[in-house]
Amino acid sequence: MTDPGNFKHDHFAHCESGVMSLLLRHHGLQLSEAMVFGLAGGLMFAYIPFVKLGGLPLIAYRTMPRGIIKGLQKNLGIKMKMHKFSKPEKGTEKLNNLLAQGKIAGAQTSVFWLPYFPPEMQFHFNGHNLIVYGKEGDEYLISDPVFETVMRCESSALQKARFTKGVMAPKGLLYYPESVPKEIDYDTVLPKVIRKNAKTMLKTPVPIAGIRGIKALARTIKKLAKKDPRHSRLFLGHIVRMQEEIGTGGAGFRFIYASFLQEAGNVLNNSLLLESSDKMTDVGDQWRDFALLIAKSIRKKQRAEIDFTAIGNSLESVALAETKVYKHLMRL
Amino acid sequence: MDKKNVPQQNISTYSGNKKAIYATGKDGQYTIVTSSGWSVEEEVTKQALQELERLTEAAYQQVRANRKSPLFFHMYNRRMDLQTLAQSSGFFQWRIKRHFKPAIFKKLAQKTLARYGETLGISLEELHSIPPHHPQNND
Repeated sequence: MTDPGNFKHDHFAHCESGVMSLLLRHHGLQLSEAMVFGLAGGLMFAYIPFVKLGGLPLIAYRTMPRGIIKGLQKNLGIKMKMHKFSKPEKGTEKLNNLLAQGKIAGAQTSVFWLPYFPPEMQFHFNGHNLIVYGKEGDEYLISDPVFETVMRCESSALQKARFTKGVMAPKGLLYYPESVPKEIDYDTVLPKVIRKNAKTMLKTPVPIAGIRGIKALARTIKKLAKKDPRHSRLFLGHIVRMQEEIGTGGAGFRFIYASFLQEAGNVLNNSLLLESSDKMTDVGDQWRDFALLIAKSIRKKQRAEIDFTAIGNSLESVALAETKVYKHLMRL
Repeated sequence: MDKKNVPQQNISTYSGNKKAIYATGKDGQYTIVTSSGWSVEEEVTKQALQELERLTEAAYQQVRANRKSPLFFHMYNRRMDLQTLAQSSGFFQWRIKRHFKPAIFKKLAQKTLARYGETLGISLEELHSIPPHHPQNND
């Protein structure tokens, strides 16, 4: 059985891929965070105007929460044990039992109720993942991969964070690997998942996902000129927040994927993947330029005109650059 | 992103924390670099926090003027809006809106109040009152 005493924390860019990388390593399968993210087909874009967060639309730069866990199960044949609960007390009891058995578990939580998050970052987001690796007195020992070091959290606070209701309610979700493959057939699985992810981005049937989603957002930005100025500023700021602050931001996900393509290229000794990694790095840099352009625009005093067309055009050129990377990858 | 371009601007919204960023070194190889934050992120986080603060302050004034029940203030003070409160409490939005009326709020059943208290993570005593001075930029 695994020994939580041997558990080692690491600092990663994104919660779900970080948690899965740490859990798998603990169970004997070494996979970097970038590999976890890429092999799960984690890269996405979605602009969902009818799902609101604090009155502003959902903009996601990766697959939905739990997408990485599901993707790894499907693509690598990893078997995960998942527990959900209708009663908070049952969820806490199960967690305590697992820890007493020497197991560690991933947990889905709401950022708002985690006391170790700085107040400036506490927002109502229910899709945050962390690992509970032990308990001392009334405190859980937490490995939250988006923090540099391990954390502690009182049991009542963790229960509250695990059982918030609403959009993406965690329902106390606990998960851990039941069985992991000893080896991975990279020659087969890597080209397959990379092509599939590229195809999803290029050819989604939904006009608000993938490249079509990026273009839809660009069109919405251009129309903001006619909307209430305060709302427009909040909307633009919100795009960048979703990109930079929440999880690891959109540009961050492009860099993780570029790192994955590089690792995959080295494993398979494939130059097309290495070239694509460079191109994806450029895409990430362009997303950052786009964020900077928005920050400069909303920084100006109220009366200053915002050039919505320029911002929309900047996003359209990001869409074009991303399209080129995926088309390149389809030749794999 | 090039390692040397990873922002290290010690932004206030990180409160001394650092994020892990993927960046390339001189050899073009990716590694994880810790970042103390980018001013662009700080600005948009602050914009969102200021908007929440503005809504909370406006709610505070309305409750003080007895135009709204304390619930209205506590919702915003917990960084929620009507939709978030409805989803996390399980009450319909129209019901919550009624509970924003001071006269109706006063007559609410203990059970209903307890559900609000639990959702907002505050005691019933706190739920029935508002702080004497609304502290700026609190939690």
